[in-house]
Amino acid sequence: MNSRERILGRVRRALADVPRDAPPPVPERPGRDPQYEQAVSRDYAREHGNRSVEETVELLAENLADYRAVVHRTDAEGLAGLIAGLLEKRGSASVLVPPGLDERWLAATAVTRVTDRAESTPHELDRVDSVVTACSVAIAETGTIVLDGSPDQGRRRITLVPDHHICVVRVPGQVVSSVPQSLERLDPARPLTWISGPSATSDIELDRVEGVHGPRTLEVILVDEA
Amino acid sequence: MSGTFVGMPAFPEAAREAVGNKTLRGNLRHATHTIRAKRAKAVAEVSDWAELREAGKRIKDHTLRHLDRYLEQLEESVTAAGGIVHWAADAAEANEIVTQLVKMTGESEVVKVKSMATQEIGLNEALEAEGIRAYETDLAELIVQLGKDRPSHILVPAIHRNRGEIRDIFSREMSEWGRPAPEGLTDTPAELAEAARLHLREKFLRAKVGISGANFMVAETGTLVVVESEGNGRMCLTLPETLISVVGIEKIVPTWRDLEVFLQTLPRSSTAERMNPYTSTWTGTTDGDGPSTFHLVLLDNGRTDTLADEVGRQALRCIRCSACLNVCPVYERAGGHAYGSVYPGPIGAILSPQLRGTGSEIDASLPYASSLCGACYEVCPVAIDIPEVLVHLRERVVQGGEVTREGNKVVLRPAKGHAAERAAMRAARWAFTHPGALRTGQRAASRTRRFHPRTLPGPGKAWSGTRDLPPVPAEPFRDWWQRTRGGKGGAE
Repeated sequence: MNSRERILGRVRRALADVPRDAPPPVPERPGRDPQYEQAVSRDYAREHGNRSVEETVELLAENLADYRAVVHRTDAEGLAGLIAGLLEKRGSASVLVPPGLDERWLAATAVTRVTDRAESTPHELDRVDSVVTACSVAIAETGTIVLDGSPDQGRRRITLVPDHHICVVRVPGQVVSSVPQSLERLDPARPLTWISGPSATSDIELDRVEGVHGPRTLEVILVDEA
Repeated sequence: MSGTFVGMPAFPEAAREAVGNKTLRGNLRHATHTIRAKRAKAVAEVSDWAELREAGKRIKDHTLRHLDRYLEQLEESVTAAGGIVHWAADAAEANEIVTQLVKMTGESEVVKVKSMATQEIGLNEALEAEGIRAYETDLAELIVQLGKDRPSHILVPAIHRNRGEIRDIFSREMSEWGRPAPEGLTDTPAELAEAARLHLREKFLRAKVGISGANFMVAETGTLVVVESEGNGRMCLTLPETLISVVGIEKIVPTWRDLEVFLQTLPRSSTAERMNPYTSTWTGTTDGDGPSTFHLVLLDNGRTDTLADEVGRQALRCIRCSACLNVCPVYERAGGHAYGSVYPGPIGAILSPQLRGTGSEIDASLPYASSLCGACYEVCPVAIDIPEVLVHLRERVVQGGEVTREGNKVVLRPAKGHAAERAAMRAARWAFTHPGALRTGQRAASRTRRFHPRTLPGPGKAWSGTRDLPPVPAEPFRDWWQRTRGGKGGAE
C-alpha cells in the first residue's frame, strides 16, 4: 500500500462516526454544490458600510497611506508627468518595464528603460532602481493592490527585487470595496500577488517595522479614468 | 512526530524554570500586550466578525468531514495545473521525499519560507544530515537559526528575544552563515531589519530551490496561498527554479471563494493588520513566471489520528494565527519553550498531544498547561473550543481509553501518576451516594477544623503545592439550613 492509499484510508476510518453526504452532483465544482452551500452559512457582509464611489476611492487612499504606501492622485493627462517626477525625485537611473505597459505612461521621462526578458537574472533585476506597473484590482477596505501577471504588470519578480515600486491604479474602475468583491474579479489560475503597503515585519517585539526584503518604497498612483 | 524537543521535561518543570527568567517574562509581557490591544482594534473594525468566525468554522468543519474527497480533488487540480503531488504519512517519509527532490536538482542549499509543517517534521535537521543547507529567511526564524535557538511562538518564533539580544546574535553569528552584520549595528528595529535584508539578499538571488508551507490550499482550483509580511516568502516562491511545498492535509479549503473569509480573519488575528503586506497565490506552474517545477508534499504525521477523535478533531480547524498564544496568561508567563513543541500556547497544548500522542512526559502534561480561563476560545477566528479539548485530553490521560495512533486503534492505560486522584474521586463518589456518611463526615470535619493542615501530606503534596485547601466552615450547610431555614425564622 502506498502512502496515498494509507492516508486516504486513515481519513475514511477516522470519519467512521460522521454521516457521509452523497457525493456532490458536480464533483469538479464543489463550490456550486448545494450541499456545500447549505453547510456553510455566509451571513457575513459583502462589504462593510455604504460608500459612494468617490468615498470608496478615498478609503483606498487612506488605507494605503495608513500602511505607509505613498499615494498620489492624477488624471490621464498628468500621469506621464507625475511618473517622470517621481523617478526623478527618487534619483532613479533605470526603470523596469513590463512588456505590456502603456507606453504613454513613460513618455515624459528620460530614465533608462530596462525591458524585462525571460532570461533576465535576479542579479540583473537587482541592479534596476525602480519598476512601474499597472494592477489588476485594488481593495479599499484593506488598502490592498493585487497584481495578476498580466502584460502590464509583468512577472512576479519584477515588482519584488527593485527597491522602488510605482503602481498605477485606474479609479474607480479597478477599485472594489472589499475582499469578497476582489476575489470575484480575480482569476485563481494566474499567479497573484496581493500587496498592502511596503514590505514590513512584526518580528521584533511584535511591532511593525517597514522595509525588509520587498520594495521599501511603494508609490501608488490613483489615476482618474474619466 | 519528530519535532519533539528531545529530553524535554514535563510542562510544570519547564515552566517553573521559565518564570524565573526575568528577561524572558519582560519580553513576553511586552510583546503579547502590544499585540493584544492592536488585535482588538483590528477586529473591532469589521462589524461582522462573529459571522466571519462562524463561516470559517463551518468551512473547516465541512472540509474535515469530507477530507478524503477534497484531498483527491486537490491532487487532481494541482496535477492538472502542472504540479507534482506527493503523499507523506509521517515526518520521516516527508523528509525523505524532500531530501530526494532537492538532491535531484543537484543543489546543496535551499531557501525556506517560514513554515510550521517543516518545523514540525524537523526538515532542516534532516537536510543537514544529507549535506544540504537550509536557510531560514523569515526574520524571526533567522534569529532562531542564527542563535541556535528553538522557536517559542507560532507567528514570531523569536518573541522571547528583545532587540538588544537580536543585535548581539546578528553581530556575532551572521558572518558564520554568509554576509556579516554591518559594523556598529545598533538595536533599532529598522537597522536590524536592514541587516537581515543585506544578509539574505545574496542567498535569494542565487537560490535554485525554495521550500515553503502554505496557509491554504484550494481544492477546486489547486491554488496554494502563502500569507506573509517581509517579502522573503515572495523571494522563495518566485525566484528559484524548483519549489517544494510541504503542507498538512488539513490546510484545504473547498473553493476559491472560501478565501474571502480567511483573508479577512487571519491577518487581523495574527499581526493585527487589516491585511498583511504580501499574499502570494499560485496554481501549479506558470510559463515564464516563477518556478518551472512545483512539488506539493501532503503531510499526515498524526493529523488523521487527530481526525479520529470526535472532540479533539476541531484542533484541525486551526489556521495558525497565534491569537490564542497572545492572550494566554499561562503562555505569557511560561513562554513558548516550556511547551516542548513547535506548537506552543493553548493550541499547542491540544495539538501536540494529539499529533504525537500522550506517550511522553511532556505531552501527557500539556493538557494541564492551562487555567481553563477560555480567553483562547474567545479570540480564535475558527472558534476552536480549546478548553473543551483540554478537559477531554485530561480525561484521556487520567482514564486512558481508545485512541488512534498511526491509523490503528490502540487502548491507552490510565496514567500512573493519577492513582491518588482517582482514589480520592472514588471516595468522593461513595460519600456523595451515602448521605448518612456524608453528614457524619462533614460534621467531623467542621469540629476538627482548627487542626486541619494547610497543605496535604504524602501524594497530595503536589496538589496543594499550587492550590489552597478550601477552608471548612464552622457548621455544615445542611445543619445550618435545618437550624435557620435559610434565615427565614427557623427553629430559633
